[in-house]
Amino acid sequence: MIDPVTLWTVIIGLGVGSFALRFAFTGLVGNRPMPAWLLRHLRYTAVAILPALVAPQVVWPGATDGQMDAPRLMAALATVAIGLATKNVFAAIIGGAVTLYALLYLLG
Amino acid sequence: MAITTIKSAYWKGFRDGAPFLLVVGPFALLFGVLAIEAGLNVFETMAFSIVVIAGAAQFTALQLMDENAPTVIVLASALAVNLRMAMYSASLTPYIGAAPLWQRALAAYFTVDQSYACSVAQYEKEPDMTVPERMAYFAGAVSPVCPMWYVFTLVGALIGAQIPDGWALDFALPITFLALVTPMLRTPAHVIAALVAIVASLVTAGVPYSLGLILSGVAGMVAGAQAEVWLEARKGGQQ
Repeated sequence: MIDPVTLWTVIIGLGVGSFALRFAFTGLVGNRPMPAWLLRHLRYTAVAILPALVAPQVVWPGATDGQMDAPRLMAALATVAIGLATKNVFAAIIGGAVTLYALLYLLG
Repeated sequence: MAITTIKSAYWKGFRDGAPFLLVVGPFALLFGVLAIEAGLNVFETMAFSIVVIAGAAQFTALQLMDENAPTVIVLASALAVNLRMAMYSASLTPYIGAAPLWQRALAAYFTVDQSYACSVAQYEKEPDMTVPERMAYFAGAVSPVCPMWYVFTLVGALIGAQIPDGWALDFALPITFLALVTPMLRTPAHVIAALVAIVASLVTAGVPYSLGLILSGVAGMVAGAQAEVWLEARKGGQQ
C-alpha cells in the first residue's frame, strides 16, 4: 500500500517538475542555442532509463519472488525482437503478450 | 499541400495526431489498471494522469512507490525519464519561441512524445508556416491524443479491480516499455546507451534505495553521448 503523503508528494512534485522540464526552453531560454554536450546527453535519456528500469524485472520478476522465469524472459526477448524488426510499438506489445500467455499456458 | 490558414493548420495537426490514439489509449488504460492494483483510488489515479500527463514517468513513479523506494528517488527517477521533454522543449523553441507566453505555457503542458514528433516533422517540412499556424498545428496534434489520455486512464481505473491475477499484469509494464524503446534505437550510439544501462541496472540491482536506476541511467547516457562523439570522429576520419 502506498502512503498517501508520499503519493501526493510524488504527484505534485512530478507534475511541477515535468512542467518545468517542458517549459524550460520554450518558455525561458527563448531563441538562444543549447550547448551541444547537453543535447548530446539528453538524446540518450529515454533509451538508457527505460531499459534500466525493466531489465531487473525481466531477469528477476517480482511475481515469481525473484526467480528467473522462462515465459517472462522469452516474452521480453520476443518484444525486443519484434520491435526491432517492425519498428512498430503495437506489434511488439502484442507479440510480447502472446508469447507470455502462450508460455505461461504451456509451462504452467 | 501547403497550409494557408490557421484552421487548416489545426485540422492538419489533428489528422497527423489521430493515429497515435492506438498507442496512447491502451497505454493510459494500463496505467489506470496498474494504479488501482497498486492501491490508488480513482481520484488519485486521475489526478496523477492529469497533473503529470507523461506515461513513462507515471509508470516509473508508480512502480518505485510500489517497491517502497524513498520519495526523493521516486521523483528523481521519474523526472530522469522525463528529461527528454527538456530536449523536446529545446528543439521546439526555434519554431514557437515567439508565441505569446500563455500559449507557450499551454504548449509546454501538452508537450508529449506524440505532439512533439508530429510538430517537429511538420515544422521542418514546411518552414514557411507562421507562428500562429504552428501553434494551431500543435493544438491540432494534441487534440485527439491528450483528452484520450485522461479518458482511458479513467476506464482503466474503473475496470482495474476486476482483473484477475492469472493475467500476469505484472509483466505488462516491462513489455510496454521494451516495445516503446526498441523503435527508438535508431543509431549504434542508442543501442550502446541501452546496453550499458541494462548491464549497469543488473550489476547495481542490489544498491539500496533504487539508486541503481539513477546510476544506470547516467551510465547509459554518458555511454551514448561518448559513442556518438567517437563514431562521428571515426566517420569524419574516413572521409
